[in-house]
Amino acid sequence: MTRIDAKFAALNAEGRKAFVAYVMAGDPDYATSLDVLKGLPGAGVDIIEMGLPFTDPMADGPTIQLAGQRALEAGQTLQKTLDMATEFRKTDNITPIVMMGYYNPIYNRGVEKFLVDAKAAGIDGLIVVDLPPEEDEELCIPAQKAGLNFIRLATPTTDDKRLPKVLQNTSGFVYYVSITGITGSAAAEAGDVAPEVARIKAKTDLPVIVGFGIRTPDAAQSIASVADGCVVGSAIVDEIAAGKPVAEVLAFVKGLADGAHRT
Amino acid sequence: MANDLFNSFMTGPDEKGRFGDFGGRFVSETLMPLILSLEEEYEKAKTDEDFWAEMNDLWTHYVGRPSPLYYANRLTEHLGGAKIYLKRDELNHTGAHKINNVLGQIILARRMGKTRIIAETGAGQHGVATATVCAKFGLKCVVYMGAHDVERQAPNVFRMRLLGAEVIAVTSGRGTLKDAMNDALRDWVTNVHDTFYCIGTVAGPHPYPAMVRDFQSIIGKEVREQLQEQEGEGRLPDTLIAAIGGGSNAMGLFFPFLDDPSVNIIGVEAGGKGVNAKMEHCASLTGGRPGVLHGNRTYLLQDDDGQILEGFSISAGLDYPGIGPEHSWLHEIGRAQYVAITDKEALEAFQLSCALEGIIPALEPSHALAHVMKIAPTLPADHIIVMNMCGRGDKDIFTVAKHLGVEINTGG
Repeated sequence: MTRIDAKFAALNAEGRKAFVAYVMAGDPDYATSLDVLKGLPGAGVDIIEMGLPFTDPMADGPTIQLAGQRALEAGQTLQKTLDMATEFRKTDNITPIVMMGYYNPIYNRGVEKFLVDAKAAGIDGLIVVDLPPEEDEELCIPAQKAGLNFIRLATPTTDDKRLPKVLQNTSGFVYYVSITGITGSAAAEAGDVAPEVARIKAKTDLPVIVGFGIRTPDAAQSIASVADGCVVGSAIVDEIAAGKPVAEVLAFVKGLADGAHRT
Repeated sequence: MANDLFNSFMTGPDEKGRFGDFGGRFVSETLMPLILSLEEEYEKAKTDEDFWAEMNDLWTHYVGRPSPLYYANRLTEHLGGAKIYLKRDELNHTGAHKINNVLGQIILARRMGKTRIIAETGAGQHGVATATVCAKFGLKCVVYMGAHDVERQAPNVFRMRLLGAEVIAVTSGRGTLKDAMNDALRDWVTNVHDTFYCIGTVAGPHPYPAMVRDFQSIIGKEVREQLQEQEGEGRLPDTLIAAIGGGSNAMGLFFPFLDDPSVNIIGVEAGGKGVNAKMEHCASLTGGRPGVLHGNRTYLLQDDDGQILEGFSISAGLDYPGIGPEHSWLHEIGRAQYVAITDKEALEAFQLSCALEGIIPALEPSHALAHVMKIAPTLPADHIIVMNMCGRGDKDIFTVAKHLGVEINTGG
């Protein structure tokens, strides 16, 4: 059982929804980013998605693109991203960390070495945007063998015929991308999302978390109410981009978490 | 390579879209159903006589194919060695080989009921070709072009706009060709229902590398026939040479000859200021290593952390940090040889072609010609080199003038 599985078991027992927060590792710099990361659980975040910066984030909108550029310019690397997880784990051994990014930096390090290092750093799961089920042998299957969850994205274009393939090697949870588009786009309506979540839940026992386009506590509440939880990324990254102090960023996160937990 | 493995070099890619370890389908889930349906549609079209009848008709009457295979006698004489032929794909409508592929993809898009076409472009040749064919068929066309390229390729930007295309100057990332491709992918993921992504080179997720290669293979097929007409039945070229950015004109020339072991195959990458530690070049095979970008595994220019680096070349059309996956495979198995040519060498070749043959070449094939200049003198007179003159140089005269220290007054 990974920390992710344990977290959902605990949330389930309490009848609570999961609030997942995304931040880009190293944005705007290592120290600030680590402070934000350490403060997230106290702000009500159940699961942390830690972005791994990449020069060519082709599924991301301008907010996340710029966050990645800031991080890279400040010297962030895959190694430093793992270091951040290690630092975080010194004070928190419960909150799951999912690393989210693109395949090339991982491939470049070597999959086997990466998995050993990620596990040792206290990473619990991976979301790798450019690895669909067709490429499962690259990282998904080795990751599961190494004891890491591999969380897959399901999207509005994932039809019923394709859904079993998407779910087959997914573990931890399913991330439903509520719109066709990039991160930071317009929000989906809970009314449109509910049947899609039901469609996925009919085929899996895994929790279904919904993301893309959620920016406010009310949106977090309404989307979380029709799923097992929700993810907010770009709205939080915007606060960091605006140069807000860590405490203000965390207060903003707390508002979103409270919204998601109201359901 | 062992002889028992030599069944054919022409059977790839496999069902996973791989050429050896290269290629594949490294895209987000949202796009996956789209590329699967494209693959299905392309597989149907490949064996559909109606599809090829339409292609051939347009190739003949709209593009002006076959393009001539021209014996460059003065170049041959000047270099004093091998006999040099130029495949004149610069004479195609729109001035480059790009339209060979665009026609195929647009006909496919129409068969799939797509009404909006997007494309990325570097120098603007693929953008112009896409805008042209979209105009011909009345399709909406959006072209993504790096902001820096929009500035330095102003005539092509104006051409595209005249042809009715919307040209979007890409400022994300560093505003280059790779960023234009990123933004095109972001557009596609957002507009999945009506949009077809017309990729300009033999890269991207499967089936693009194979599909674009197949459409461009008309180049090599014609060479095979034309050379026999001029040199006698059964005569094959001894050496093929083509420039490589993503590698579509090269794949088009090379592919029909992969199983002819006597044919020596050479791809020419852009060496910029020289393949050095400062990475002032675009030679992915000569100076890069395997990685995953834009849907495929291939050789890439990247740093120690797996972050993608910018290429550098005098030629905007070669300015891409990757290369088509089939080239990576041909490089690894040794079926083709890849070399790099510097900006300076390409500029010399550009001028030689103008002076001796009356052909103003694009900077891209000038790289290929520079390598011809290197090897032709070392080869015997009965050795036949076929080089792909894949584009004309009108678009490049301002760049060339600048490098030669000539001021052109473009004002009215």
